Amino acid sequence: MAERKMVNLTIEGRPVSVPEGTSILEAAKVAGILIPHYCYHPGLPIAGVCRMCLVEVEKAPKLAPSCATTVAEGQVVRVHTERAVEARKGVLEFLLINHPLDCPICDQSGECELQDYTYQEGRGESRYREPKRFNPMEDFGGDVIYVPNRCILCTRCVRFMEDVAQDTVLNVCERGDRALIGKFEGKDLTHPWAGNVVDLCPVGALLSKDFLNKSRAWELDRSASICPNCTQGCNVMLETRDAQIARIKPRPNEAVNKFFICDYGRLNYRWINRTDRLEQPMVRTSGALQTIDWDVAIHAAAGLLRDRRAYVLASPMLSNEALHLLSKLASRNAGTREFRVATGDEAPLAGVEDLALRRDRAANVYGAELFGFRRTEAPLSSLAASDVLVVAGDDLKNIDPSIVERAAEVIVIGTTLPEAARNATVALPITNFAEEEGTFTNLRGRVQRFTQAKPAPGLARPSWLVLGDLLGVLGQQQEFFLPSEVFADIARSYHELAGLSYDRLGMKGLPVLSAQPAGAPA
Amino acid sequence: MKQVPAAGYPVPEVASHNSSGQLYVPVFTGTSREELDTLLGRYPTKMAAVLPALWIVQRERGWVSDDAMAEVADVLELTPAYVKGVVTFYTMYHQHPVGKYFIQVCTTSPCGICGADDVVRAFLQHTRSSDLGVTSADGRYTVIEVECLGACGFPTPVMINEEFIESVTPGKVPDLLARLP
Amino acid sequence: MGYPHPLHERETPLLSQYFGDPEARSLDGWKSRGGYKGLEQALGMAQADITNVVKDSGLRGRGGAGFPTGLKWSFMKPGDGKPHYLCCNADESEPGTFKDREVMRWTPHALVEGCAIAAYAIGAETTYIYIRGEFTEPLLWMNRAVEEAYADGILGANAMGTGKRIDMHVHKGAGAYICGEETALMESLEGRRGNPRIKPPFPAVSGVFGMPTTINNVETLAAVPQILLQGADWYKKMSLSNPKSTGTKLYSVCGNVKKPGTYEVVMGFPFKDFLYDLCGGPLDGRKFKAVIPGGASVPIQTMAEAEATLMDYEGFVAQGTMLGSGGVIVIDDAQSMVRVIARIARFFAHESCAQCTQCREGTAWTTKILERIRDGHGTMEDLDTLIEIGENMTGTTICVLSDSCAVPVISGIKKFRSEFESLIQGRRVHPVLEAVA
Repeated sequence: MAERKMVNLTIEGRPVSVPEGTSILEAAKVAGILIPHYCYHPGLPIAGVCRMCLVEVEKAPKLAPSCATTVAEGQVVRVHTERAVEARKGVLEFLLINHPLDCPICDQSGECELQDYTYQEGRGESRYREPKRFNPMEDFGGDVIYVPNRCILCTRCVRFMEDVAQDTVLNVCERGDRALIGKFEGKDLTHPWAGNVVDLCPVGALLSKDFLNKSRAWELDRSASICPNCTQGCNVMLETRDAQIARIKPRPNEAVNKFFICDYGRLNYRWINRTDRLEQPMVRTSGALQTIDWDVAIHAAAGLLRDRRAYVLASPMLSNEALHLLSKLASRNAGTREFRVATGDEAPLAGVEDLALRRDRAANVYGAELFGFRRTEAPLSSLAASDVLVVAGDDLKNIDPSIVERAAEVIVIGTTLPEAARNATVALPITNFAEEEGTFTNLRGRVQRFTQAKPAPGLARPSWLVLGDLLGVLGQQQEFFLPSEVFADIARSYHELAGLSYDRLGMKGLPVLSAQPAGAPA
Repeated sequence: MKQVPAAGYPVPEVASHNSSGQLYVPVFTGTSREELDTLLGRYPTKMAAVLPALWIVQRERGWVSDDAMAEVADVLELTPAYVKGVVTFYTMYHQHPVGKYFIQVCTTSPCGICGADDVVRAFLQHTRSSDLGVTSADGRYTVIEVECLGACGFPTPVMINEEFIESVTPGKVPDLLARLP
Repeated sequence: MGYPHPLHERETPLLSQYFGDPEARSLDGWKSRGGYKGLEQALGMAQADITNVVKDSGLRGRGGAGFPTGLKWSFMKPGDGKPHYLCCNADESEPGTFKDREVMRWTPHALVEGCAIAAYAIGAETTYIYIRGEFTEPLLWMNRAVEEAYADGILGANAMGTGKRIDMHVHKGAGAYICGEETALMESLEGRRGNPRIKPPFPAVSGVFGMPTTINNVETLAAVPQILLQGADWYKKMSLSNPKSTGTKLYSVCGNVKKPGTYEVVMGFPFKDFLYDLCGGPLDGRKFKAVIPGGASVPIQTMAEAEATLMDYEGFVAQGTMLGSGGVIVIDDAQSMVRVIARIARFFAHESCAQCTQCREGTAWTTKILERIRDGHGTMEDLDTLIEIGENMTGTTICVLSDSCAVPVISGIKKFRSEFESLIQGRRVHPVLEAVA
């Protein structure tokens, strides 16, 4: 690969070296300096319209828009000279003259870039004495509401739809100070990736209907995670309030989802908060399931499995750690390993290479297949009367209960007790992905970590911990205290993951050694 | 339901109902379509024909409706939202029907200091229009102020539809209106 | 339809010789007046030689920027394998300016010929003449002229039998002053909103449809045939003051003068003579108060400044303004400067494309304050605010519409402050503003 020529320049007195063609704004980031800006976004084409990023370049007569100016050898750039600060103050004043200043009722408050920069560098008082421009709020369709009065016309939303989604549904309407963002009557913002415009909007002009008035930004806790809703493995941030997921936002990952997530993943989080959960370990005594201590429950389950074949129906929503341990459980007496996955239509984000809402609607199909689980459309078809059925995460919907009852015994290891398994002998409550730490492997073989975002309900325990204890009681000699230790076992056992560890994965993930290239069918 | 125009006008082959159930008759059929095809030959992209296509629409229909914008988008392989963004940028495309005679009086400073405001008042008075931009009750006139028409040496220039008239004074307004058919 | 005034003896009618002569508009009429000899000569020359003649002549852009034309043409690299384009900027919308209109409706073939020569010189096989939508007559005559030229074999695949292709199309605008800005014109031609582009890249590198493009004003191009025929020295000699300003300029005179209209004088002509002699001086019983010599975007001149001006690029700058488009707006003592400036600000607010924050909000805010002062509800703080807004709008945007709005405001307050102050001091009580102040 050809080496790009490096350019050396000085920004606010700090020397920095960046590849030729880099903008001054990006070079400043490398130097650790944030030049205030609105319309620029690394995932969008450059517009240069907000005029906020103006900097002083030595020997240049006019202030330069740093997002649209490439670096030059020996350039001396100043960000905080009086001229540049006055220019930014001027932009902020212009942006606020027609602004409703309704922070108390605006969702963006606390994460609003207009608030941030005004507080940092803007005027303390307004000297605008004229009537303010007014336009009514609009429903753009999908999950998006538009509040024109707060709009700063940065056009990030328009550029996203035009260039990244490649579906020009938004436009700028009118001219001059009458301009606002618009759409065509009857053509709504229903693109499967349109929700990203809400994230992109630096102010409270584009809002999510789902999140409207739900929480203040500063009341939310944030945890890095992976979207579990399909095999793309978009990196997300789970935002919780009072131990409930309130919102999902994308986390940047250049190799997976750039800066975006689809609307399906964004809005499909209510199941994570559901309260009809299995909360206590249970064992069937005297014909009915009774709550019992964990220890007793684990031993009961181990007792059932000791001399029999296990038939494991796992959910591809389970982590690598859980699936690895389930696989070991099944392979003890040459048992069966199966999984099924719900599917839906693929919805690509046209402007980004290899990014789509995938057909398989579960996070870890790759992991399941890697650990020997066979995909099936007809689950439990080879269930024998002598098998112990282990239902791990599958909800058994659309499965005839009589098929389930064929098994000698049924052990449920899941977040809920499925209706079709009401005759289970043992039920072990586990956490869902948001309540534990672990890893998923996406369709391209990228192993990515997720962290805990909310506490588990009742006495539910992490899946890997329950399965580790179960294998321990069965004499497999493994006792894992941390999910990273389970992962280390995976890395030892599968050559594709050789050398990987939680530390090496970090929060951006790494591909397995035999990772399939982009373009392979999902 | 809109009436399909009577004979003497080529009846389009394909008409369709728009989302509100009204009959929309496409513009780009017959000679208009041929005209557009000739125009398309002048530019390397289809998008470049947007302004000329919108002029054809306004010539044929008197204004540019949402349906027409959707048709232009369809014909030029653009989105309706995109075409709408273009239409709302330029002041000469009407986004709603206007009077039979669309009267545009320049009032920018060079004409402003030569009595343009009086010419506007004269037009409003003699067309019996209640306000600028409001079509007169008989549907004949809509009077608006426009920015510099580029004829500052002949104050006050006025456009009535596509006709450009120079040196209009308040005294000439009644005759001007009278000779309109 | 308005006919031009009779020629004044002190005018130099290079471009305006046939203004008012209906016969000059047809192809035959134009040919019998020496038309298309320039193109014939050009097609026999090397492209670089044509550019050198134009460079040598000192011809500068007559649209307002005054950029040396030959130099602009030389930016078009020959043999780069890309289609080159010529755009003729006929979007004349600068208030006070109406000279391109005269060129197009009286001597359309002069423009066709000038465009053809320029197109050939820069290697452009396609020329677009972008005419503003309101120019009914110019559109009619330019369309006719282009049709006649094609029919006669002057334009087309085999221009004048030389085997070279020169295609020309008239493109109708739809009502946007900003489309007179060269990059906005290109955006509009491409079928987009007329939003100016950030430079670099410059049009000669990446212009219309991403290809190398040269954009020239109507008046600039119309001067080319004669320069070629008569030679660069002939044009250079026409300079009364500064040798960097050569040839003639069409001035559009309007406002409170006896004889408004288009005048053509040699570079360096004394402005005082121009206003009082050629243009007939002020209306009866009135006195001149102020002049805006280059269209609404240039600083306002006091009469003292105007009367000391020599009319060329450097001469206007020396007297506190700019030549700009040459749209001379004359204001007499019956007018309120505040009213005039407020209306100019309203013009810019109407025409702002809305991309840049300073322009979008600043033009409208400026207008609102000025109108409030005009209506008698202004304060002294407003004047400071206006100047500060103007300074924030200067040098900070993609194009200079923002600067252009600030210019009359700042120059107006500086030179006619007393008019603002007397309106403010005579202010009436405004119920709402008093309550919130």
